Amino acid sequence: MLMNAQTVSRAPLIEVKGLRHLYHKGSTPDLVVLDGVEMTLREGEIVGLLGRSGSGKSTLLRSIAGLIQPTSGTITFGGAPVVGCSEGVAMVFQSFALFPWLTVLENVEIGLEARGVLPAERRKSALAAIDLIGLDGFENAYPKELSGGMRQRVGLARALVVHPKVLLMDEPFSALDVLTAETLRTDLIDLWSEGRMPIKSILMVTHNIEEAVLMCDRVLVFSSNPGRIDADIKIELPRPRSRTEPAFRELVDRVYAIMTKRPSKPTREGVFPGTGLGMALKYVSSNTLAGLLETVDASPYNGKADLPHLAQGLQMEIDDLFPIAETLQLLRFAEMEEGDIRLTPDGRRFARGEVDERKRLFGEHLVTYVPIAGHIRRVLDERPSHHAPATRFQEELEDYMSPEFAGDTLHAVVAWGRFGEVFAYDDQTGTFSLENPT
Amino acid sequence: MGIGMRLFSKAAGLSEYRATGAVERGGFFPNHYDLAAIALVLAGLVLVVAGGRQMTAPMTGLESSPISLDPANLPAYALRTTLRMFAGVIASLVFTFIFATLAAKNRKAELVIIPTLDILQSIPVLGFLTFTVTFFLGLFPSSQLGAELAVIFAIFTAQAWNMAFSFYQSLRSVPRDLEDVTSSFHMSGWQRFWRLEVPFATPGLVWNTMLSMSGAWFFIVASEAISVGDTSIKLPGIGTYLSLAIDQADVRAVLYAVVAMAIVILLYDQFIFRPIVAWADKFRVETTASQARPRSWVYDLARRTRLVHTMTEPVGAALGALAMARLPKLSPTSPSKPGTRPAASVLGKALDLLWVAIVLAAAAWGGWTIYIYVRETLTLDDAASALGLASITLLRVISLIALSTLIWVPVGVWVGLRPAWTERIQPLAQFLAAFPANVLYPIAVIGIVRFNLDPNIWLTFLIMLGAQWYILFNVIAGASVFPNDLKEAAAVLRLRSWYWWRRVILPGIFPYYVTGALTASGGAWNASIVAEIVKWGDTTLKAKGIGAYIAQATTDGDYPRVVLGITAMSIFVIVFNRLVWRKLYAFAAERTRLD
Repeated sequence: MLMNAQTVSRAPLIEVKGLRHLYHKGSTPDLVVLDGVEMTLREGEIVGLLGRSGSGKSTLLRSIAGLIQPTSGTITFGGAPVVGCSEGVAMVFQSFALFPWLTVLENVEIGLEARGVLPAERRKSALAAIDLIGLDGFENAYPKELSGGMRQRVGLARALVVHPKVLLMDEPFSALDVLTAETLRTDLIDLWSEGRMPIKSILMVTHNIEEAVLMCDRVLVFSSNPGRIDADIKIELPRPRSRTEPAFRELVDRVYAIMTKRPSKPTREGVFPGTGLGMALKYVSSNTLAGLLETVDASPYNGKADLPHLAQGLQMEIDDLFPIAETLQLLRFAEMEEGDIRLTPDGRRFARGEVDERKRLFGEHLVTYVPIAGHIRRVLDERPSHHAPATRFQEELEDYMSPEFAGDTLHAVVAWGRFGEVFAYDDQTGTFSLENPT
Repeated sequence: MGIGMRLFSKAAGLSEYRATGAVERGGFFPNHYDLAAIALVLAGLVLVVAGGRQMTAPMTGLESSPISLDPANLPAYALRTTLRMFAGVIASLVFTFIFATLAAKNRKAELVIIPTLDILQSIPVLGFLTFTVTFFLGLFPSSQLGAELAVIFAIFTAQAWNMAFSFYQSLRSVPRDLEDVTSSFHMSGWQRFWRLEVPFATPGLVWNTMLSMSGAWFFIVASEAISVGDTSIKLPGIGTYLSLAIDQADVRAVLYAVVAMAIVILLYDQFIFRPIVAWADKFRVETTASQARPRSWVYDLARRTRLVHTMTEPVGAALGALAMARLPKLSPTSPSKPGTRPAASVLGKALDLLWVAIVLAAAAWGGWTIYIYVRETLTLDDAASALGLASITLLRVISLIALSTLIWVPVGVWVGLRPAWTERIQPLAQFLAAFPANVLYPIAVIGIVRFNLDPNIWLTFLIMLGAQWYILFNVIAGASVFPNDLKEAAAVLRLRSWYWWRRVILPGIFPYYVTGALTASGGAWNASIVAEIVKWGDTTLKAKGIGAYIAQATTDGDYPRVVLGITAMSIFVIVFNRLVWRKLYAFAAERTRLD
């Protein structure tokens, strides 16, 4: 282990202070994407940014890369403020972001080419990077001829060849299948531990808790709405780490507990209850909701499940599982606390009910606990025609959130309203009504 | 669904081998592929030089050696026609790179360029010709060059708008993460343009270039021999040959012209179109599983030749170096600053408003000028009659599209669902769409004259003669990619006859049909200018309609009436596009997309 994070005295490479990011559009109030973010990345460490989708972790990574400029706050790299893209960082993308018209070799060379490195020299460096990352023999292949794992190796080689100090990775393994992702993780950690990569530290965004615990020296857990760093967890397990070790499982459980703890104070916007119309909703299919309720209701859980255990059993990542659990919590079919999910009495009744019973329960809870659904239903009840255009509600929602979020929210409410038979919606005319086709 | 996209796809067994890349095989001596490639390249060069020299010949040379109907001259004429075509393509490409880029990069330019392109697209191509002929002849009074430029400009107007639109749209939809890669590597705007934006836009641009080129054959034939008032152009080429044949009522010469045209289109497809499409395929950012890769034996040949590779590599390297040249930064690639936006946007909005006001003022002034110009000679009655004639032509276009739909949709579906037939019929349909229908007009006219038919009805069919094939090959394309599981589901559910058509296949091919019908409708409007008034020897057949009105006014050199006619037609096209095609497109995109 040539490079490790044991020594805290190492020089800070990147420092982020008071970072704030506002989403601003038209006359709508600003949506706070990131608020008061402080972090330091030191030489020799791998730091993971862990959080749910929409918690602003990618925004932080992109700000550090210099791809976007924060609303306020400072980012320094090696003591100098970051303006535009800094020379000392390179990025690996979730989607690989390879140029389809360039071969593997040309893709790896492109960063050097942009810097005006001479052809012979850049070929040498590129071949060395390709060799390092295990791509020999693929130099003349085009990205579309490669598997996902191989493509991400090209992405890695392309980032490493410019000899950055810091490697930024934006969910680098989440577009890969489980086995491929694991191989790539192991290879990367091996290269890191052996000190064979020309980099000083790695900052990676992930939504996979196990991945974070497996790879990182430190994990920063983000909370959503607005995005903040909630916890800074040191992972001091020796490498190579094993997922089955008790210490490893314990850490995973701890991170789960942090991520599911109830917010101490009511947040302004977001998926948590009690925030009125300004609640942004994400569509989750009613089948999925029913599926999770049934699973937790049945043995071995019998109404109460440990989330890491449940996620493992269902082979889901937190990004898949949390939105479902949160929707159930919003509808008061379940509660989350300390890394556990527990069904409410109505939740258990739903899980055991027949279709009609389920629809009735769902409709009742939807109107009662989802303010926008209740609002739509009231408007329809009050109007003599029992019709209302969707644009009206869209506009009302846009007072609180971006048009995109408003659209998503309305989409979710339409689907849930249809399932609960609370109201009907005609997509062609864009109107809500009370007439259900019989 | 391209014109000529899969033209004669079984061209050569050569394409069985994957190109192995000449580099690895080493050696410097030419291999046997080189001989063929050299012959092709040299022949191409010789032809360009020979044709080019004639182009700048003085005008007097034209009169001393008039066009002759001797078929021995046809290859030379065909060459001249083809060269004009390529000159037009190059001009369109230059236009595209300048204006589409400007529109994509600069918001103020965008505010002007995009609406202008939208309108220009709706103006009949042959309408421009009336004005440009006089303009270019005045520019070069003593040389043939003026006339050449006028024709080339006509081809330009048939292609440039479409290509510029495609390029602009591609530039606006470059994937975000690839853009991020270029910024994280500190690429300059120039480097990014050549390394990311142009390659990304290439497949769309190539595709649209080819599409417009197929349409342009029609206009080149129509514009090589044209009279505007006292000015008359007769440039050596297939179009002029044809018009002479018509004047002399020479059936045999018309048939020669048809054959020559067919050969030209075939060669152009094999030697230019398909190699470029095959090459452009590598720039496609694939999101879905790839369909059959476009193949070209010429392209494969060129890639496999050692000598061609050796010769082109330095050129490629030089171009690559130029593309990656680190020019002094004109505007720093600054990232977006959400924080500073509110203040900036107030000023920006004010500037935008000012800019829009200037543009509107200029447009109003232009409109006023036209009005003054037209008012001197024309009255409101003229305007009313022009609109009336445009309605008649609209009726023609609609009824012909309806008729073509009734005939070609069932045929296209039948063919498209049978892969063996698709393979045979599709190239033919695409070939027919590229073939300039006006070369065939005389044959139809002979029939109308012979049987003494009513031109008002029978000339109508001419405007769809070329355009109908767009409907056919798009429907074939749609039916051939109709998902197999849906086909099987329909079969298992025992959906039959009308129900099957209405519920299964018609919605399935709808987006393709709309594309085909839209193209056909554009082609039909353009064709009406040459199809509503036709000649055979001394006989002139004329149908009532805005096309005949424009054609007549052009021949008479009556500019105010030309302006009026073109305006009326453009308005009809624009309104028709907005009210019908755009709605159908939106519907197709939302309801019947199969992905």
